[in-house]
Amino acid sequence: MPAPLTAAPRRRFPSGIRLVDYTLTGWTALVMGFLYLPIIVLVAYSFNRSRLNIVLESFTFAWYQRVWENGPLLRAAQNSLLIATVSTVLSVLLGTGGAWLLHRYRYRGARSLQTLVAVPMVMPEILMGISLLILFATAGMGLGFTAVIIGHVTFSFPFVLVAVQARLKGLDPAMEEAALDLGATPLQAFMLVIVPCLRPAIVAGALMAFTLSWDELIVTFFTTNAASATLPIRVFGMAKVGLNPMLNALSAIFIVATAAFVLFSNYLKKLSR
Amino acid sequence: MSTMVDLRAVTKRFGSFTAVNDVSLEIAEGEFLTLLGPSGCGKTTLLRLIAGFDTPTEGSVWIGGEDVTHLPPYRRPVNQVFQSYALFPHLTVAENVGFGLRMQHIDKTEAAARVTEALALVSLTGLDARKPHQLSGGQRQRVALARALVCRPKVLLLDEPLSALDAKLRRSMQLELKRLQRQLGITFVFVTHDQEEALTMSDRIAIVNGGRIEQLGTAHEIYHRPATRFAADFVGQANLLEAQLLLQDSECVRVAVTGGLELTLPLAAWPAGATVALIAMRPEKVHVSKSRSSTAFAPGAANIFQARIEEEIFQGATDHLILVTAAGTRLGVVVANESALGDIFHAGDLVYCGLHTDDLVVVKAE
Ligand SMILES: Nc1ncnc2c1ncn2[C@@H]1O[C@H](COP(=O)(O)OP(=O)(O)O)[C@@H](O)[C@H]1O
Ligand SMILES: [Mg+2]
Repeated sequence: MPAPLTAAPRRRFPSGIRLVDYTLTGWTALVMGFLYLPIIVLVAYSFNRSRLNIVLESFTFAWYQRVWENGPLLRAAQNSLLIATVSTVLSVLLGTGGAWLLHRYRYRGARSLQTLVAVPMVMPEILMGISLLILFATAGMGLGFTAVIIGHVTFSFPFVLVAVQARLKGLDPAMEEAALDLGATPLQAFMLVIVPCLRPAIVAGALMAFTLSWDELIVTFFTTNAASATLPIRVFGMAKVGLNPMLNALSAIFIVATAAFVLFSNYLKKLSR
Repeated sequence: MSTMVDLRAVTKRFGSFTAVNDVSLEIAEGEFLTLLGPSGCGKTTLLRLIAGFDTPTEGSVWIGGEDVTHLPPYRRPVNQVFQSYALFPHLTVAENVGFGLRMQHIDKTEAAARVTEALALVSLTGLDARKPHQLSGGQRQRVALARALVCRPKVLLLDEPLSALDAKLRRSMQLELKRLQRQLGITFVFVTHDQEEALTMSDRIAIVNGGRIEQLGTAHEIYHRPATRFAADFVGQANLLEAQLLLQDSECVRVAVTGGLELTLPLAAWPAGATVALIAMRPEKVHVSKSRSSTAFAPGAANIFQARIEEEIFQGATDHLILVTAAGTRLGVVVANESALGDIFHAGDLVYCGLHTDDLVVVKAE
C-alpha cells in the first residue's frame, strides 16, 4: 500500500513588480467576470418584476412562484432526477463490472472492446441520438423513460469504466490473490476487497455520469416522449417560444442546486479517500 | 514424518518461456523449507503453484496427501504472506486478520478470540482498530503474518516477506519467524534471494536456478558440500578451480588445478572415470600459517603448499587474503583475526597453507 505522498509545496514567483501585480489581478478579475457576470445578471433579473430582461423594475418573488406552480416543469424536474439516478446506478454497475472484466481476464475481443467502449465518449451526441432513434424504431420499441435511460447509460458508463480502469492499473494484483488465499470466492474477493479499493474512482465516475445525464439535451431529444420529458427538454421548449423571466428563476434554482451538488460531491470525494 | 507438500514433475510455461522446469520436491510436515535463488529464477512461480494462483502446465501438486492441482486457491489449506503484504486498506487490523475466518463463517465470538490470539502471537496487541496506513512497515508485516496464521493453514507460504524491512528489523524477524514456526509446527515454505537468511532459518534449502532445483539439502549440506558450480557460488564464496587428473591410487587422486597447484582428493570424491572436473574450495577452510610447524597442520591436511600474500583486505573480525601459490594459482582465503597469539598477515608475506582432503568438493560444472 503506497503511503500518501505529501505534495511538494507549489512554487510561486514573487512578483515584486507592480505592473505584473496589476496585470495578474486584472486578468483574474476578467476571468471571474467572464465566468460569473452572466450568472449574476440572470439571478438579478429573476427577482425583477418587469417582463422584459432589459429594465430593472422592483423586487419580486413572483417568477419563483410561477415556477413552483408550473406542473409540467416540476414533473420534468422529477423526470430528470429519476433518469439521472437510474442511469447513474446502471452506469456504475456496467462501468465497474466491465472495467474489472477487462482488467482481470484476457479473452478474445477484449482489446477491440476496450477501443469500442471509448467511442460514445467522443461521438457527437447528435449522431448518437439519431442512431438510437433508428435502433429503437427498428426494434419496435417505443420512446420514453426506458429509451432515454438506455441512451444516457450508453454515453455515461464509459466514463465510469475509464475512471475505474485508471484506478485498477495502480492496484496491487496481490490484493485479489490475498482475498482468494483467505478463502474468498472470486465474487466475494471482488465485492469485499476490490470494490472498496475502487471506491474513489466509482464515486468520481458516478458523479460524472449523474452530471452528464442531468443536463443532457440532444440524445434525450431523440429518445423521449411527452411523459418522460426532462428539465433541459422543457426549458429548451420554453426558450424557443421566447425568453421569459420564469426561465431566469428556474435557472437560478438550477445554479443553486448545481452549486450544492458540487459541494456535496467534493464532500463525497473527501470521504471516499 | 509424512509429506505435506509434494510437487511431482511440475513444469510451468508462460507462452514459450519455461519458468519452472520439471521440478519434483517433497516437503515434510512441520518443515521449514526455503526456496533460494536469484531474482527471476522461478521462486514466486513455484509458490504460486502451491497456493493455486497458477496451475502447472505439466505435473501435479499434492498437499496433505490430496491432489490439489486443479483446486482454486480458496479451497486449499494454504495461506500466504505476500511480498507487498497486500493488506486490505479499507479494513482495520482486526478486520484484516479476521477476514479469513469471516470467509469460513466462523462464529463471531470465536473469531474475535482467535483474532486477539493471533495478534498477541505476533506482538500486535492493542492495534486492532488501526488501519494499515497507520502502521509501520514492520507492523504491517506482522499483520500479514497474523492474517495468514489465524486460518491455521497446513502450509504457510512466505514470498520474500522480509525484503522490505531494514537490516536490523530483518534479523529480529528472522529469529521470530523461526520461533513461531517451531512453536506452531506449521510447514513453512519460505522464498528468499538472500543466502544468509536461508542459512539462518531453514531446515532444508532448495537452490533454484533457471526454473530448476539445483540442490536440496540442509544448510550444512548446501554450504559444505555444494553440488553445482551455481550452488557453490551463490551460497557463500568459493574458489572454483578446474582440475586435471594426474595420478590415482586406491584411496586418493592427485590433480593439478588452474595455475599449476597440485592437490590431493579422496578417490570417492572424484567422479569415476573423469579426467577433468571442477573443484570448489571455501575460502575459510584453508589454514594459513607463517610457520610450517604450526599446530594448524593436522595429519589430515594432506595438501600443504606455500604461497605469497598478494593482497590483504582487513574486515574486522576476519582478514581476506589473496594468495598466489608458488606454482601460480590464485586463491582467496579468509582467516580469523585472532588474539595477539596468532599470526598477523601482511601483503608480501610468505605463508604455508594446509587443506584437508575432505574440504575439496567436486561440483557439476554446468
Ligand atoms: N504471468 C507471467 N507471464 C509471463 N512470464 C512470467 C509470468 N510470471 C513469471 N514470469 C517469468 O517467469 C520467471 C520467473 O519469475 P518468478 O517466479 O517471479 O521469479 P522469482 O520470484 O524467482 O524472482 C521470470 O523470468 C518472469 O519474467
Ligand atoms: Mg519473486
